[in-house]
Amino acid sequence: MSIGPAWYLGLAAVLFALGAVGVMVRRNVLVMFMCVELMLNAANLTFVTFSRVLGDIGGQSLVFFVLVVAAAEVVVGLGVVVAIFRRRAAATADDLHGMKG
Amino acid sequence: MTRAPHRSARLAGGGHRAGLIAFGHTVRAAHLATIATPHIRYLAVIPEIVMLGGAVLLLAVGSLVVRQVRAWVATLATVAVSGAALGVSLWQWADVTSHGAFTAVDHAVVVDGFSALVNVLVSSAMFLTALVADGYLRREGVDGVEFHVLAMVSATGAMIMASANDLIVVFLGLEILSISLYVLAAFNHRRAASGEAALKYFILGSFSSAVFVYGIALVYGATGTSNLAQIAGFLSKNVLAADGLLLAGMSLLVVGFSFKVAAVPFHMWTPDVYQGAPSPVTGFMAAVAKAGAFAAFLRVFISSFGLLRTDWQPIVYAIAIVTLLLGAGLALVQRDVKRMLAYSSINHAGFVLLGLEAASARGVSAALYYLFAYTFMVIGSFAVVTILGRRGDATHDIASYRGLASRQPLLALSFAVLLLAQAGAPFTTGLWAKLQVVLAAVDHAVPLAVIAMISAAVAAFFYLRVAVLMYTPPPAPGSVPGVEAPAEDLVPLGAPRAAPEPEPTLPEPAFPVPARTVVARAEGPAPAAPAERPLWAGAERTAVALDRLNAELLLDEDPMTLALARGPVPVTSLELGELQGGAGATTGAEEVPPSDVVRVPRLGALAIGLCLAVSVVFGFWPGPLTSFAHHATLLFLP
Repeated sequence: MSIGPAWYLGLAAVLFALGAVGVMVRRNVLVMFMCVELMLNAANLTFVTFSRVLGDIGGQSLVFFVLVVAAAEVVVGLGVVVAIFRRRAAATADDLHGMKG
Repeated sequence: MTRAPHRSARLAGGGHRAGLIAFGHTVRAAHLATIATPHIRYLAVIPEIVMLGGAVLLLAVGSLVVRQVRAWVATLATVAVSGAALGVSLWQWADVTSHGAFTAVDHAVVVDGFSALVNVLVSSAMFLTALVADGYLRREGVDGVEFHVLAMVSATGAMIMASANDLIVVFLGLEILSISLYVLAAFNHRRAASGEAALKYFILGSFSSAVFVYGIALVYGATGTSNLAQIAGFLSKNVLAADGLLLAGMSLLVVGFSFKVAAVPFHMWTPDVYQGAPSPVTGFMAAVAKAGAFAAFLRVFISSFGLLRTDWQPIVYAIAIVTLLLGAGLALVQRDVKRMLAYSSINHAGFVLLGLEAASARGVSAALYYLFAYTFMVIGSFAVVTILGRRGDATHDIASYRGLASRQPLLALSFAVLLLAQAGAPFTTGLWAKLQVVLAAVDHAVPLAVIAMISAAVAAFFYLRVAVLMYTPPPAPGSVPGVEAPAEDLVPLGAPRAAPEPEPTLPEPAFPVPARTVVARAEGPAPAAPAERPLWAGAERTAVALDRLNAELLLDEDPMTLALARGPVPVTSLELGELQGGAGATTGAEEVPPSDVVRVPRLGALAIGLCLAVSVVFGFWPGPLTSFAHHATLLFLP
């Protein structure tokens, strides 16, 4: 049995869904970051698969942009986390409830 | 125009790729030599280059100079750079009007009236924000080049979004805009709320970016290209037998954009981030992030997916309705001015969505006009909020605005006019903005227009509430200061007024307020004739009703904040208290409305004056701005 493009797309969709659910249900900020990364990489896998199916290299070059952006995002995100949680023991999103209304 | 040697024949549209590298899918060594690089026409992206170049230069100077760059130097540099960007954007506008729109950088970037208008808007917003931020940064002791650099980079991202002609360029612009804003939101490291806002913004923002990029991937898979014009060309030449992929991609794009423009149900980050971020950043965010995201939203959905409008219009219709109603409804019950303005910005997003939903030239022009007018109103409003936030940027309770008119009449008047402009009062740009989007909606969606008008009426109430409160005298110092005070205290205070006298020391014909405070009555003249009472009765009732409303809202507070405001922080939540420093300070400040006169920085006053001038002058004389937006739409390159 050969593994066709549909399998890759399906895998990407599952990864994306896992990431999306993870961001919503997990409470640790670092795990939430990882889930966002999972979502971005699911999009990358989709790009590569479609690029292969369509015979168009453009899709693969888009992956580079997404990778670079993801790296930049993580740098800033971790910086913010470090700035906030330097004074605290745990990185839990539930503790961030100073503002309500 | 550079073309790739091997083009895919699968695409019925047959256009060439927008990617930087394009060659056959079986990579052979011989072809590696034929990588085609696009010709870059630098003049097409000159506003972005000026803005980004200025930012990089300022950052380099700031890093290389041994002593810290003085605050005024950084501000001056930013003002000069954004002024230059404004100049080249206007030049671009003149160029487009005389020579027509064009695409550049292998069709990845488009220069048309639409992009020129948004570039003008973003440059002006950057200009004003630099003026507003100057006083703030000095007051909080966080001055330096970093704020200005980040803001300019962020503004560049918004400009890129407006001139993007490729989904991946839209994504890059979006990320340049957002990543800088995450840092800006965390900028005031002395305030815990600032960091909390940044983290919330970051998590939800990167989540929405991931959704957005997955949407791009699906659209790419369905149409074979990420170029906006080629997507439109593909859709015009092909009827998809199974368009599930395309529809899924489109809906993910709607979700991603809705997050960025703060449309309900993707608005949940907005109130917290607007409240927690430093006030000048909030104004910048409200103006620039919204303008950039809406510019891309309009361009992608009108020009690329214009033919599929029957598929996406119902979604946008539904989002617009809930955004309009929820934004206005929740703003009513806010006690924090920044939070109220956050919900009001959600409400404004609903109005701009009306223009998108119309999917017509009239709708786009109305949306552009709305964004333009909103920029000046919101930056002006947040400039006032910045100044009134005082040191620590924490005095944002609505109660602290009480009696502002007697302390600082000019500031109160400016804020009142800016709020009325946001409400859509006559002789302000706000009226024309609302009028145009509603007229665009009336063309085909009358219920939506009706809901928009209802929402505008509700919104007018909460803007007026703040305006009236500013012209209400502050409570007497003798009255019991406390969270519960107003509801019970004001009735007895008002009751002994057997012969109510008008306050002669407050010559405010627009908002006649009875002398209700002990001090004022002691100083007041002999009781006026009872016959005068009917003249004042209406206003009196309004004021009492407003007080009662405010009191109810105060009582509705969550127990944790009350506990924090009342007594020492419970031992069990020491860390919590640390995190809640910002919010706790806010609640602590509201008990006694501050009676000190706030020093107004000169540059901040200049920014407020400019915003006020634009909002009022073009409100009286709507011609130039309307034709600007109209011509930008005519020059919209599909």
